[in-house]
Parts: sequence; structure tokens; C-alpha cells
Amino acid sequence: MSFSAFVFYVLAAILLVSAVRVVSARQPVHAALSLALAFFTMAALWIMLGAEFLGLALVVIYVGAVMVLFLFVLMMLDSRQNDCSPRWRRHLIPALLVGAVMLAELALLIVNGVKGKNALVENAATTENTRELGKLVFNHYWYSLELVAVLLLVGMVAAIVLTHRQSRFAKRQDPAEQIAVRRDDRLRVVSMPAATEAETAQPPRKERER
Amino acid sequence: MPGLEPTLTHYLLLAAALLVISVVGIIANRRNVLVLLMAVELVLLAANLNFVAFSAHYGDLSGQVMTMFVLATVAVESAIGLALLILLFRRRGTIAVQTLSVLKG
Repeated sequence: MSFSAFVFYVLAAILLVSAVRVVSARQPVHAALSLALAFFTMAALWIMLGAEFLGLALVVIYVGAVMVLFLFVLMMLDSRQNDCSPRWRRHLIPALLVGAVMLAELALLIVNGVKGKNALVENAATTENTRELGKLVFNHYWYSLELVAVLLLVGMVAAIVLTHRQSRFAKRQDPAEQIAVRRDDRLRVVSMPAATEAETAQPPRKERER
Repeated sequence: MPGLEPTLTHYLLLAAALLVISVVGIIANRRNVLVLLMAVELVLLAANLNFVAFSAHYGDLSGQVMTMFVLATVAVESAIGLALLILLFRRRGTIAVQTLSVLKG
């Protein structure tokens, strides 16, 4: 067994263990940290496969940004809600059943389905991965790239609109409220007793002069 | 049967195992929507591993381009999912999965 094979098995073991920890951790913070470990390990696997740019992008974007987003949301939520221990007794049996059937099907399909030589091409690590990827993206997939850019914009706008709270102090006009206004809202007629002549003839008080 | 040296089959089996673990977690988890989102991230990570493995297998970088697009889409998905989660928490005061039974007939 070569050294790269050894590294692959170690990384695969770490990946699977951290994935199990993600779905079975008692506290969501532990799940999030395990997910970060899974991303990190997956980045290492991708770099082993020759996808250096994607591995580094996975570390920068997912470990650096998405996981921080998860942890921020975790901090904003009530910590008393944070206990996420699954009710294993009730749902574990059907879940494991489904998982076992899925795994058996997929393993059968993969082991029997991949015919011929299934060795990985080794040239990917020697060529400049980022440069080739950039050429491909900006020559053949530029339309998809722009669609993805629009998708990111839509996602940003949607996240802002969904979580934006209306400020009570915003000075903004609401046309519906303006149209629906009635006279009683703006004008109040009060009845006051008419001032008599004796009260108006009084001299100003002494306290006011001081 | 696959040998010891890592080949395409090994990577595909690893991705399948990751997918199965995530799906089992999604089914079994009844307490927290946030962990469901994390499990969905793991599912898409397994799909990405398939893309990258096939890309290395065929020596074609298109698979890596697809992975890049999937990564962007997953980032959008998680951002909107977390926004919905915050809305849910504001409205209901909890993010437990078993309380989300309004649509139950």
C-alpha cells in the first residue's frame, strides 16, 4: 500500500467519523465544528485528486464563511433550544433500514457498474489546475457563470428581505396608510368655555415678572 | 472487487457512504432544523466528491467547473435556509422539527 493510499484511507475515516458526528452530536455547536472538519478533510481529498483550486475554495468559502454563518445563527438562537439529541429510539430503526438499503444499492451499483480500468488520471496534479479551470470557465461556461452570479445576487436579496425587520423609526411614506386616513385621525374639535371679560382684564401676575 | 489502491470506485463508495450517513441523520433527527441544514450540506458535498472524482478519472476539468457551480448554489441555499430558520425562530420561538406540523392533515 503506497503512501497516497494510506493518506486516502486516513482522510476517508476522518471524513466519515466527522459526518457521523454532524448528525449525531448532542449540541449543534459540536455538529457545526464537525461539519467544519468534514469540509477540511474533503478539501484535502480534492487536492489529492488534483483539484487544488476547488480544495482551497472549499476551505476559504465553507470553513471560513459558511461555517461562521452557521455559528452566528447558532449564537442568535436560544441556547436552551440547543439540545438537538435525536430521538433515536423512535426514528433510528426506519432510518437505519433506509440507510442500509441505500448503501447496499449504491455499493452494488458502483462495484459492478464501473467497468474496465477505473484508475485515476495522474496528470491533473502536474498541470496548472487554476489556469486551466479559468480558461474553461470563461470560455465555455461563461453563461452558466453569469447565471450563478445572478443566483448569488438573488440569494443575497432574498436573505436580506427575509430577515429584515421594519424599523419603527424609519421616516418613510406608506401610501395605503395615507389614503386610509380619515378626518378623525387628524382633526379634533374640543369645546372650551369662552373667556369672560373679567379674566382677560386681569393684570399679569407677579410671578411671571420675576 | 476493488483493491487497496484508491481508484474511482473507492471515491464513489466514500461519497455513497457520506450520502447514506447524511440521509440517516436527516430521517432520524427530530430536534433541530439547523442540523438538518448541515446534513443537506453533507449530501451536496458527497455529490461534489463524485464530480471531482469523475473529473480526475476522465481527465476532464468540466466536472470541477460543475463542482464550482454546485458550491455557489449550496452557499445560496444555506444562506436562504438560515434566513428562513431565523424567521421560524422569531415566529415560533423554537426550531425543533417535531413542532412543524401545521400542514399535517
